Amino acid sequence: MSLIRRRKQNETSRPTRSDPSSIDKEDDNKKKIPAKDQNAEEIALKKLRKWSCIDSCCWLIGSICVTWWFLLFLYNAIPASFNQYVTEAITGPVPDPPGVKLKKEGLTVKHPVVFVPGIVTGGLELWEGHQCAEGLFRKRLWGGTFGEVYKRPLCWVEHMSLDNETGLDPSGIRVRPVSGLVAADYFAPGYFVWAVLIANLARIGYEEKTMSMAAYDWRISFQNTEVRDQTLSRIKSNIELMVATNGGNKAVIIPHSMGVLYFLHFMKWVEAPAPMGGGGGPDWCAKHIKTVMNIGGPFLGVPKAVGGLFSAEAKDIAVIRATAPGFLDNDIFRLQTLQHVMRMTRTWDSTMSMLPKGGDTIWGGLDWSPEEGYTPSKRKQRNNDTQIANEDESEVVASQRKHVNFGRIISFGKDIAEAPSSQIDMIDFRGAVKGNSVANNTCRDVWTEYHEMGYEGIKAVAEYKAYTAESILDLLHFVAPKLMARGSAHFSYGIADNLDDPKYRHYKYWSNPLETTLPNAPDMEIFSMYGVGIPTERAYVYKLTPSADCYIPFQIDTSADDDDTPLKDGVYAVDGDETVPVLSAGFMCAKGWRGKTRFNPSGIRTYLREYEHSPPANLLEGRGTQSGAHVDIMGNFQLIEDIIRVAAGARGEDLGGDQVHSDIFKMSEKINLQL
Amino acid sequence: MASILRFRKLCYAVPLKLQSFEFSKVDQKQKLDKKEEDANVFLPAQDLLEVDDQKKKYPKKQQRKWRCIDSCCWAIGYLCTTWWLLFFLYHCFPATMPGFQVPESPGVRLKRDGLTALHPVVLVPGIVTGGLELWEGRPCSEGLFRKRLWGGSFTEIFKRPLCWLEHLSLHHETGLDPPGIRVRAVPGLVAADYFAPGYFVWAVLIENLAKIGYEGKNLYMASYDWRLSFQNTEIRDQALSRLKSKIELLYVTNGYKKVVVVPHSMGVIYFLHFLKWVETPPPMGGGGGPGWCAKHIKSVVNIGPAFLGVPKAVSSIFSAEGKDVAYLRAMAPGLLDSEILGLQTLEHVLRVSRTWDSVVSLLPKGGETIWGDLDWSPEEGHACQLVKKGNFQCSPNDNYTDAMRGFQIKETEKYGRIISFGKEESQLPSSQIPILNSKQELLHGSATETVNSSCRGVWTEYDEMDRESFRKIAENKVYTSKTILDLLRFVAPKTMQRAETHFSHGIADNLDDPKYEHYKYWSNPLETKLPDAPDMEIYCLYGVGIPTERSYVYKLSPNDKCKSIPFRIDTSADGDQNSRLKGGVYFVDGDESVPVLSAGFMCAKGWRGRTRFNPSGTVTFIREYQHKPPASLLEGRGLESGAHVDIMGNVALIEDVLRVAAGASGSEIGGDRIYSDILRMSERINLRL
Repeated sequence: MSLIRRRKQNETSRPTRSDPSSIDKEDDNKKKIPAKDQNAEEIALKKLRKWSCIDSCCWLIGSICVTWWFLLFLYNAIPASFNQYVTEAITGPVPDPPGVKLKKEGLTVKHPVVFVPGIVTGGLELWEGHQCAEGLFRKRLWGGTFGEVYKRPLCWVEHMSLDNETGLDPSGIRVRPVSGLVAADYFAPGYFVWAVLIANLARIGYEEKTMSMAAYDWRISFQNTEVRDQTLSRIKSNIELMVATNGGNKAVIIPHSMGVLYFLHFMKWVEAPAPMGGGGGPDWCAKHIKTVMNIGGPFLGVPKAVGGLFSAEAKDIAVIRATAPGFLDNDIFRLQTLQHVMRMTRTWDSTMSMLPKGGDTIWGGLDWSPEEGYTPSKRKQRNNDTQIANEDESEVVASQRKHVNFGRIISFGKDIAEAPSSQIDMIDFRGAVKGNSVANNTCRDVWTEYHEMGYEGIKAVAEYKAYTAESILDLLHFVAPKLMARGSAHFSYGIADNLDDPKYRHYKYWSNPLETTLPNAPDMEIFSMYGVGIPTERAYVYKLTPSADCYIPFQIDTSADDDDTPLKDGVYAVDGDETVPVLSAGFMCAKGWRGKTRFNPSGIRTYLREYEHSPPANLLEGRGTQSGAHVDIMGNFQLIEDIIRVAAGARGEDLGGDQVHSDIFKMSEKINLQL
Repeated sequence: MASILRFRKLCYAVPLKLQSFEFSKVDQKQKLDKKEEDANVFLPAQDLLEVDDQKKKYPKKQQRKWRCIDSCCWAIGYLCTTWWLLFFLYHCFPATMPGFQVPESPGVRLKRDGLTALHPVVLVPGIVTGGLELWEGRPCSEGLFRKRLWGGSFTEIFKRPLCWLEHLSLHHETGLDPPGIRVRAVPGLVAADYFAPGYFVWAVLIENLAKIGYEGKNLYMASYDWRLSFQNTEIRDQALSRLKSKIELLYVTNGYKKVVVVPHSMGVIYFLHFLKWVETPPPMGGGGGPGWCAKHIKSVVNIGPAFLGVPKAVSSIFSAEGKDVAYLRAMAPGLLDSEILGLQTLEHVLRVSRTWDSVVSLLPKGGETIWGDLDWSPEEGHACQLVKKGNFQCSPNDNYTDAMRGFQIKETEKYGRIISFGKEESQLPSSQIPILNSKQELLHGSATETVNSSCRGVWTEYDEMDRESFRKIAENKVYTSKTILDLLRFVAPKTMQRAETHFSHGIADNLDDPKYEHYKYWSNPLETKLPDAPDMEIYCLYGVGIPTERSYVYKLSPNDKCKSIPFRIDTSADGDQNSRLKGGVYFVDGDESVPVLSAGFMCAKGWRGRTRFNPSGTVTFIREYQHKPPASLLEGRGLESGAHVDIMGNVALIEDVLRVAAGASGSEIGGDRIYSDILRMSERINLRL
């Protein structure tokens, strides 16, 4: 019997206790009960068992729901600033967000601001689709919750892919970029991209009329955004409008990631004469642009793009593969995830804009690289406590002894990656015959160009052993001929010998800073702002995939680890912002465009602003206010402050000129580029 | 004693009995419980003796706990599970159920006919339908940055109503932002595709346009802050400059194809304003030069145009009521005036909406010439006939009880009296009405300011007036569209003073008078000329067949309390069977918001042919859509609706818009299509053209 019940009975019977007759009765009953009791109990138990199968499930769900609602209610009932109280209680007073701080200093809106989002972060929505995409009209396919990926994955892949030959829409499908600030303020719910910056700018008075997002379809090549959507024309018209309606104050452009290249392309396009360009005349940029503040700009490409195109993997995927082997190659669910991803991403021309540019001159040859001597652990010690620092010291010494060949962006096997070039026995793959793949039919509907290569071709690729930034292009031409044929019509990766050569008037050179000149706008300023202090992919150790030819035949060799060198899980890392190595983000501003060079004939001033990464101190900080990571840097208070100051009228010197933490100047010096 | 105990047992069993699932089971259980309890009651003594027994009875302890909360949990769990299951099943269903044939959308049909996107399309939303979002606010709006205050789910109204009202108000002197608050129009197509989740405005039209190939590059929503006066949207947000730049861009990037503009409701007069603005030289205008419209605009497809204003605007400024509010009051008297919750909803609404200049743009224009005077109105006579043959929703037909009263000889309604105090006054011949010299009386009446400090914070201009002036207003009995302006100037002096620098409601005698170059005349079709664009086409697309508010019967509010609105619609004023008076409101034909007269007159007469308002002879077309309520629930808001907003889902209208966008001219889609008496009404209006 329950205790509660018993107590209650005592209470009720207490007043009657004085009455002797009732006690007697009670006694009588007491004697009667036991036999009956036993019986009843058994039946009750049976009954109870019936209750407890589905019903207890229901009960469980019910109580969970109730608790959930209750908590939700409580959560909603607490004041919005509660979170702040907690944070302040734990970490001490939080600094004012830069917008508030600078508003107190009296900064107000001056120059209109244009954001240029990068690859992947911009939302895409459906305007016309096949049967399977019923009901998704004007719903986001990319960005937002990605709900459709789970509901109808194949349909989704089909709609996100572009035409394999033209790089434009497949027939019957129109997927278009979301327009307006909503395009890239949040990538997914709660995962900000531009939102923090927008909110801070709004504090000093910015709003829709002084702030705009130059959203574009980041899947297609830059010139195609104009051909298909007239995006470049829109950006031009929009900047003109904003400058005109804001009293002639020139615009501050803030591109991020691939947006940096896109905007480089735009600056050439807008001044080029009409059929190919925007016909804005030779002084358009000088008239309309005050500053270009590049955030995390992959000016010279990123090695990650190689990994992406070559085998649809990068560090993250390699790590997944290492920790849960077999998961990605899972055949049970008929998923073949990576193959699908690869098929889709290979139709996106824009990924090719990020391949390393400048060849061996910039990225290093078989035996040298501008970064040599770097270890990520050296940088880590600054962030972590000093105890580890002592251990690391020895590592630094060791690694300085050991030479790392970052120049070999892809090497087959760890020993190849480390051996001196004279010892590598390279067999040229370029002439190799591609065998016909036998197993095409068994591969179901997944189709990547690897299936056409056959075993011979794959072997030839592996035999070449080590690839530098230049031979990587040949490699990609070999393994993905259609993709590269399409891509090389839109992008170029070389270094111009003579920039006045009329061939450089073609749009394919416009997004390569080493093959174009900056516009003639001596008053303009160019900032390169990026995070440092995070190990960033630089070179890969590959191996052949052991399994049959339905799979992507190459994968990162996650077993390749080395404590002495920055090699981990088959990936060599250098300093950077997790995606873009310092070299790519900083070189142009540190050397290529510094002063009056042939790439910068009008002497546009350049500034380097590096932001040392320090991870968020606790969970409440979210993604950190001092982060240097590629996307998280958009929430970096220091960076936001710099941007706001410039938007409110400051110039480079007012901010304090260069702010450098990395070895970018040393690296740049090693690069032997004619200026 | 035993009986007491038994009673207690029953009490324990009752919660179970309440569970309506599986009654028999529960009953059985109940019996068992009884027995059980019979047994258990006397256990304590035993327990004291035999401690071991407790172990045996342990399972029963658990069973005991299942009673009150647990059954609740159980029920909730049960419901949740069922809900999820149904939800899951619902999602498993194929999108198109076999058997239920969804009618083909006009976009698909026209695509099959070979229509493709040709002219870029610009959509101009109307009042109220556009979303507004917060850019800067007071501390109470913490966390709402760039969230919608207007449009969307409106959750903030319930969470923090006063804060919400404060942020939506404009400054009552400038008609611009109050200090420290910036609320801005949502840009892009999302601004007005859906007003609230599931309540489409432009979404259906957009979807159909997309079917024939429209997308972001040739479709643009010219959203603007609909609370501001039109010129202020340019001053504060440069909205007109943006629209100009966008139209130019669309024109250039779409192979120099002229733009088709589709304004709706108040967007129509906003765009009228734009047409003048864009050709006017810079300081006041956009400096596009005299040929701008001819060069860039193919046609203006006005949907539900409120060219000459709407009587609804009068009542909303006068007493923040419309038909809907009046009905609500009639059905649940006291609800709106309830002091218990400290709500004073209407007063708040009145206060906020009076800071919105744009409402004034919707006041009836053209005075008595257009809207009729004390004894005359263009709609008289015809309206009721039309009702009988056309529309079965017409209100008078429902009022059989009122027919019994029949104290009134059948007589034409005096629609010209937009506000009358008392039903009799609204029907008497003008000679019998005691008319004070309204203007003089009102404006120089004693407006001693007795601001009552004992009242709560709601502030309307009524608080600055005393009962005496209320009485005077009511004594004046009837107001026509001309005197109504004087009335409003009297009761809402600040609002009208502010707004009348932006809007004008008269008729121009001489359009070449240089004073008409001022922007306040630009949105009044009777005081501006259409641009010199002979190739341009103007369409008037609107629904007919729905009773639409035309004039009101008012009474003094019985509520003597301070801070309340002194006037209200007299909902007891119902007409007889043939009268079009119901609930204190006279109805005419229209689309539920805009009377036919306002929507159609300019296209039917004012601009038809070469008139002084249309010197270049821009072609006009009238396309009316007879209202048909949705046949079944599955149709939602109807495919053939004629209601002011629902018409945006009207299949015939969408087809017309699509055809025009794809290049058809007005005569190709069939020229005029008229169901109402608009032509006859127009004839009665004696306007020099």
